[in-house]
Amino acid sequence: MTFSNPVTQRQWNAFRGNKRGYWSLWLFSILFVLSLSAEFVSNDKPLLMSYQDELYYPIFVSYPETQFGGMFETEATYRDPYVRELIEADGWMLWPIIPYSYNTINYELDVPAPAPPSADNWLGTDDQGRDVLARIIYGFRLSVLFGLLLTIASSVIGIFVGAIQGYYGGWIDLGGQRFLEIWSSMPILFLIIILTSFVSPNFWWLLGIMLLFSWMSLVDLVRAEFLRCRNFDYVRAARALGVSPPLIMFRHMLPNAMVATLTFMPFILNSGIVTLTSLDFLGFGLPPGSPSLGELLGQGKANLQAPWLGISAFFSLATLLTLLIFIGEAVRDAFDPRKYLS
Amino acid sequence: MSGKISIRQLRVRFPGQPRAAVDGIDLDISAGQMHALVGESGSGKSLTALSILRLLPPSAHVSADNITLDDKDISRWSEAQMRQLRGGRIGMIFQEPLSALNPLHKVEKQICESILVHQHLSASDARKRCLELLEKVQLPNPEEMLARYPHQLSGGQRQRVMIAMALANNPSLLIADEPTTALDVTVQENILDLLKHLQREMNLAILFITHDLGIVARYAEVVSVMSEGKVVEQGETAAVLEHPQHSYTQHLINSAPGGEAPPMESAAPTLLHTKDLTVSFVQRHGWLGRKSAFTAVDGVSLNVPAGQTLGIVGESGSGKSTLAMAVLRLVQSQGEISLNDTRLDKLVGNNVRPYRAKMQVVFQDPWGTLNPRMTVGQIIGEGLEVHRKDLSADERTQKVIAVLTEVGLDANARHRYPHEFSGGQRQRVAIARAVILEPQLLILDEPTSALDRSVQHQVLELLANLQKRHGLSYIFISHDLRVVRSLSHYLLVMHDGKVVEQGPTETVFKTPQQPYTQRLIHAAFDETVKSQQA
Repeated sequence: MTFSNPVTQRQWNAFRGNKRGYWSLWLFSILFVLSLSAEFVSNDKPLLMSYQDELYYPIFVSYPETQFGGMFETEATYRDPYVRELIEADGWMLWPIIPYSYNTINYELDVPAPAPPSADNWLGTDDQGRDVLARIIYGFRLSVLFGLLLTIASSVIGIFVGAIQGYYGGWIDLGGQRFLEIWSSMPILFLIIILTSFVSPNFWWLLGIMLLFSWMSLVDLVRAEFLRCRNFDYVRAARALGVSPPLIMFRHMLPNAMVATLTFMPFILNSGIVTLTSLDFLGFGLPPGSPSLGELLGQGKANLQAPWLGISAFFSLATLLTLLIFIGEAVRDAFDPRKYLS
Repeated sequence: MSGKISIRQLRVRFPGQPRAAVDGIDLDISAGQMHALVGESGSGKSLTALSILRLLPPSAHVSADNITLDDKDISRWSEAQMRQLRGGRIGMIFQEPLSALNPLHKVEKQICESILVHQHLSASDARKRCLELLEKVQLPNPEEMLARYPHQLSGGQRQRVMIAMALANNPSLLIADEPTTALDVTVQENILDLLKHLQREMNLAILFITHDLGIVARYAEVVSVMSEGKVVEQGETAAVLEHPQHSYTQHLINSAPGGEAPPMESAAPTLLHTKDLTVSFVQRHGWLGRKSAFTAVDGVSLNVPAGQTLGIVGESGSGKSTLAMAVLRLVQSQGEISLNDTRLDKLVGNNVRPYRAKMQVVFQDPWGTLNPRMTVGQIIGEGLEVHRKDLSADERTQKVIAVLTEVGLDANARHRYPHEFSGGQRQRVAIARAVILEPQLLILDEPTSALDRSVQHQVLELLANLQKRHGLSYIFISHDLRVVRSLSHYLLVMHDGKVVEQGPTETVFKTPQQPYTQRLIHAAFDETVKSQQA
């Protein structure tokens, strides 16, 4: 990749120079893109099917069972042997690699759930007969998306607050710092648990509640960086030119603060994912039935006789966090001027 | 233990750089002699000194036929032997004493550490030795000094402590890397006198690294002139400076600042005028503690005539730069500031903005003054975006090109980033950024202090030309009296925030009235030769 700014170019080269981080980024991107298209990888509906020489797209369009000669007006359940027979009598179905969605219950199990890994359920099923691999794929997507949204939102707020404090200094800074000290001394996990008992938590509620506390991690960094930049000659020169404060902050000071911020982001992402997982594990997180790594871990703990639950959840979580840490380390090193200047 | 050091064919090379940083130099320094190493930045002076002690970063490739100290080849010594040498037989003084001293240790600990590493003395003997050293470097009240931290000392005192540390183990060679560059002129002279005195008393060999030919002429017995990693000329100081053989030496000598500003008619109207301008900073001790005010600028009244230059001189901490910031309305101040009869001090908030185009500023540090993430074109054009919203993008580019040509840079420079330019070129970019708005007043805050002599000369010439062409007024702030003299029509001497003396430049220089001014001028223009020919 080439950049017009030589500084960015050198940082990118330094990042690529860190093989571990570079490959982690690739691996993570592939996994993330795969999980984004989870509906095409793992679903209980066929990708494509033909019935009476007509093509159908069940993933995008909801067809009633009556369309295929069934008796219910509701959407066809394609895994139902009866429906399958109806369709395959006069057409064909193309199934995804994993023919289960995160909430599909496999009624054809030979053993009581949780079922051990088999040719049908590669990583076995959980205690409600749902495919573990499908739940991991959807859970991975949910965790990463949650973490990313949380990271972006808390960065925006954190940078904004830090920038204001650092640029203006004085009373604004003093007041802000005291508020931060009080706010950050609250027992966050307990507050979240209490708050989630007031509302029935869904994805957005959880995101909002966690955002209340996660925006603080960047404020100190950005504030310190802005306090330092305030006295740079080129910032003073811009003030002498009459450039407006928002523009000075955005154009002259923010790029300096971005180094510290970008370095910190993978770690915020990580902690967001971990918090969500621990809430799910404790049962205070996402609503029941949602695919979640924490919930799977909880099942692993409750069903020690079915080790594939705990092991699968542990490995997917460990892989995800390790990849992010490796990427974070590489980013940190790439932004370290002592490394990319030498 | 005579302390004769000789270096043969020293080479230093950094990976990834086409040319060797130090390219086969020979040096001989004898006991009781001050050998000056002069050259511009990047000529390899400091690298040479550091490679004697093997203190270069590990990425450097150093090779030498031999480096001998008293006929022993130290270039192949082990790291343990070198450690004995550093701070023992060879002492070193750095440029910035504040960063070379550990801020958490008292003076006693700083000096004793080196004594205890190299000599087997008891703590009380070390303390005694410490006191002796402090007396030797002529610090007042040595007993009291022992208990002080570096931040409680003045710049000159810190440098004396550094010298005491370097002398702690009776070295035979002292390496001084620009030891006075960070100091005020009057302090500078005292430190140099001290070094000279110690050299004679202890029969020291001193390797003195500097860029200042004035110091070389007065203090050094032998001089080597370095350029691009090579010694281009070497010999006795008087001979070299009076009859320079190499063109580079001649160039260095000729670019020393000097001369007087071109005459101007005296009846120019007043452009900028301040009356009783005061800047004070309130320091509060704790939340409810008492407040104390520190007055950086104390009741300064000045006049800048249109099209002429007001020079402001003074030592560090005298309030020169704060005064400039106050005039620019970048710090809070009390008192009258008027530009063309507009009371700037009465304007608040956005009302100041239209006047910003009329007053511009150029700062000292060419590395800090340009945003490293913007192209030169964006940097220069930024002011136009604010003040000339009527211009189209094309017209703006045209103006940027015109101003780049005017300050002597290529039009294509606008696509490049600051790090691709040298210090002098960056300062030209900073000047271009200021003059593109066609200001009436340009405040120059030590614009040439961080530049090499020959570059300094070119930048001063550029400034003089711009003034002539556009009738600009300058406020020229500097601690270097020679530079100020070459450009200013009026002079204002500041000390502790107050104006000590002001008047037409030549009058002040020829007949200074105040003792402080006399001292400053004496320190800057004194040419007594204090070296003795060995």
